[in-house]
Amino acid sequence: MTSIKPTSRLIIVVASLILIAGFFVPLWQILMWAPQYPEGLEMDIWYNNITGDVKIISALNHYIGMKHIEVGMFPEFQYIVYIIWFLIGFGLLAAITGKRFMVWLNAGVLLITGVAALIDFYLWGYEYGHNLDPTAAIIVPGMSYQPPLIGTKVLLNFTAFSGPDLGGWFFVISFCLVILVIILEKFFFNRKKA
Amino acid sequence: MDLTSKHYDMKHKTIYRSLFLFGILASASILFQFCKPKGPAEVATGNAASQAYVAPGKYDEFYNFVSGGFNGQMNVYGLPSGRLFRIIPVFSEDPTSGYGFSEETKPMLNTSHGYVPWDDLHHPALSTTNGEHDGRWVFGNANNTPRVARIDLKTFRTAEIIELPNSGGNHSSPFITENTEYVVAGTRFSVPMGDKTDVPISTYKENFKGTISFISVGKEDGKMKIAFQIKTPGVNFDLARAGKGPSHGWFFFSCYNTEQAYTLLEVNSTQKDKDFIMAVNWKKAEEYLAAGKGEKAKAKYVHNWYDEKTHTATSEMLNEVMQLDPAVLKDMVYFIPCPKSPHGCDTDPTGEYIVGSGKLAALIPVFSFTKIQQAIANKEFEGDFGGIPVIKYEAALHGEVKKPGLGPLHTEFDANGNAYTSFFVSSEIVKWNVKSLEVLDRVPTYYSIGHLCVPGGPTRKPHGKYVIAYNKITKDRYLSTGPELTQSAQLYDISGDKMKLILDFPTTGEPHYAEAIPASLVMPNSVKIFRIEDNNHPYVAKGESKTNVVRKGNQVHISMTAIRSHLTPDNIEGVKLGDEVYFHVTNLEQDWDVPHGFAIKGANNAELLIMPGETQTLKWKPLTTGVFPFYCTDFCSALHQEMQGYIRVSPANSNVPIKFSTGKTEAPAGAAGSK
Repeated sequence: MTSIKPTSRLIIVVASLILIAGFFVPLWQILMWAPQYPEGLEMDIWYNNITGDVKIISALNHYIGMKHIEVGMFPEFQYIVYIIWFLIGFGLLAAITGKRFMVWLNAGVLLITGVAALIDFYLWGYEYGHNLDPTAAIIVPGMSYQPPLIGTKVLLNFTAFSGPDLGGWFFVISFCLVILVIILEKFFFNRKKA
Repeated sequence: MDLTSKHYDMKHKTIYRSLFLFGILASASILFQFCKPKGPAEVATGNAASQAYVAPGKYDEFYNFVSGGFNGQMNVYGLPSGRLFRIIPVFSEDPTSGYGFSEETKPMLNTSHGYVPWDDLHHPALSTTNGEHDGRWVFGNANNTPRVARIDLKTFRTAEIIELPNSGGNHSSPFITENTEYVVAGTRFSVPMGDKTDVPISTYKENFKGTISFISVGKEDGKMKIAFQIKTPGVNFDLARAGKGPSHGWFFFSCYNTEQAYTLLEVNSTQKDKDFIMAVNWKKAEEYLAAGKGEKAKAKYVHNWYDEKTHTATSEMLNEVMQLDPAVLKDMVYFIPCPKSPHGCDTDPTGEYIVGSGKLAALIPVFSFTKIQQAIANKEFEGDFGGIPVIKYEAALHGEVKKPGLGPLHTEFDANGNAYTSFFVSSEIVKWNVKSLEVLDRVPTYYSIGHLCVPGGPTRKPHGKYVIAYNKITKDRYLSTGPELTQSAQLYDISGDKMKLILDFPTTGEPHYAEAIPASLVMPNSVKIFRIEDNNHPYVAKGESKTNVVRKGNQVHISMTAIRSHLTPDNIEGVKLGDEVYFHVTNLEQDWDVPHGFAIKGANNAELLIMPGETQTLKWKPLTTGVFPFYCTDFCSALHQEMQGYIRVSPANSNVPIKFSTGKTEAPAGAAGSK
């Protein structure tokens, strides 16, 4: 098994530590606009919290029978923080051991986490948008209100946008840095040896 | 034949002559019509429309705080569009918001004469720091039952009202010092005061006194307190302005009726050639006060303030006031002769010039602060009035504006050393240079202008750009509405050499004085909601689970919540005839522009309009048994019409228990009143 260069180790360390930023900035954002809300409503998803105009969004959504959004409806919040610490730890371990397969594994773990998070978010969105209170004041036949996974979607009088917030972008950067190391190692640093 | 033909000719001639005469008469009368002077109905020209146009969704550059006069309120317009945004309830009840009707706001209109539901607001005064607008508060005067109000510009609500003892008609108010150290209140009517108030009216000279109250303003919280009153000889005080810059520390008041007439003032108070501008050295007054030279006088007056955390007003009765007597305490007050019943008394942005506007004078005297100081130093007095020295007119005079117009009333200033004076009788605004006293331009107003306003006009740094005329007569300017017509204002562009009319806009109440301030100094501080966490109202329900109905003797207190789109509780039973029901409604919304209203059938007061996070209380005394509907009056949401409830009132001797709920349906009970 080949070891990676010190530069690569450094990049991996940065890639890991960058995830700490996610404790201070939100991961994901959902923005909503309506004729009555030209200034927009915002919901920010963190590693373990939801902030923003959550109460207002819930108050509006109760008319169409959507559940009241609260932290308790996301059991994920209980353990996401541990996953993040695991990812940081794994990255650091990869840097310390300096083994190539560890870097590959690191990239794999990050990718799986990211994809899993998106799937989880999609499933929550599906549940939130489809499991409606049958006694709701407004029932539009055939209409469901699943928020967009990524991108923009028009839901009745609201235009909703979903996408990564700063924390999400940090996650993407972290993943890209690991991929960068793989590319560097494969095509540049150890060319002669290979 | 001859005869007949002659006769025929004669007849012809007569017809021709008559026709000729008729023709001359007709043309003469048409010509006469042309010679008739045209009416003054000038129409705005050029790009006026675009200058006053603010496109949909765009903001005005200035807020215009316009006094409501006899509506007792303060009206907020945008400039240059002239659009009305809001009428702020100040001295008059407002059934729309419940101001003066809700239990929380009733104390605001309390006075030493009991609850006074109306007044006459003449002058707004925007707070200043270093003589410039700071956008924190706007003060207003109550002209009838003497009071001064402070409106908080974060909420655009009346935050405080203080009553003025020993005053009759608070007209010379609420003008402010450079750093809002003081708001002044000069009495229009001199009145007998102290222990001797039951006196013959004919003893005016002997028993009637005037007062000028200096109300101190808390630096941070704006809290008002009467710091001292200056007792003056009996005259009428009209208007005032503080000194600024070099004249900071002085205050100038116009006074009329130095004849000391007490009847038919129209004639009896207009006999003297000159009345006075009264100059007060308030720094000197502070020294006297600090030296213990003030006298405590008994006086009953109230002080009311609104607490934004408890959402409740408190009214406190005060019993004494500190007075200073300038006849004894020298070097504090001086009189300066000013022609013919001065009305406006305005200091220019430099603080050097004081413009007196004798409303019956045919000239405008401009006094110099430097010269006043020299005259005092050199004792250039022509005598005294009630023990107060009168400075020689010429010694204080910078110069006179000759033949400016008829009936000068008020003067505002731009940033380029020009003054704009309103003329009631000749119905015009005249622009003149303060230093050279030269008349530069004049424009007609429609009709009979009273006050006028230049944005920042009374400050050290006028913003200029416009002058707004507030007219006393409207007549044919708008669609007619019976004998009672709209009041009106007119906007003139003053950015060029010539003033140019660009807009007429109607106003509510009767506009007297107004001030304008850049929106950028006010709008960013505007409160959007009240935080529910900060709500300390004794009957707040911070959530539907906290709602309650509690009986205390014959009072029933209902802590109710409102949120889109239901009231909690919306089914209430157990109220009995003879009970006083208090609906304490908390708006649980924490979202911008979602007020809820509350109204109940048969209420003898008004509705409530409750802002997000706020609690307000409506007292209701049912006069019959039965079930009464209540509902939300503010169209809050798509299901606003569903936001309603019922309250059941049972006979006094019934034993229907207190019961309340929302969203609970139950099987119909057998008999009414059974559980």
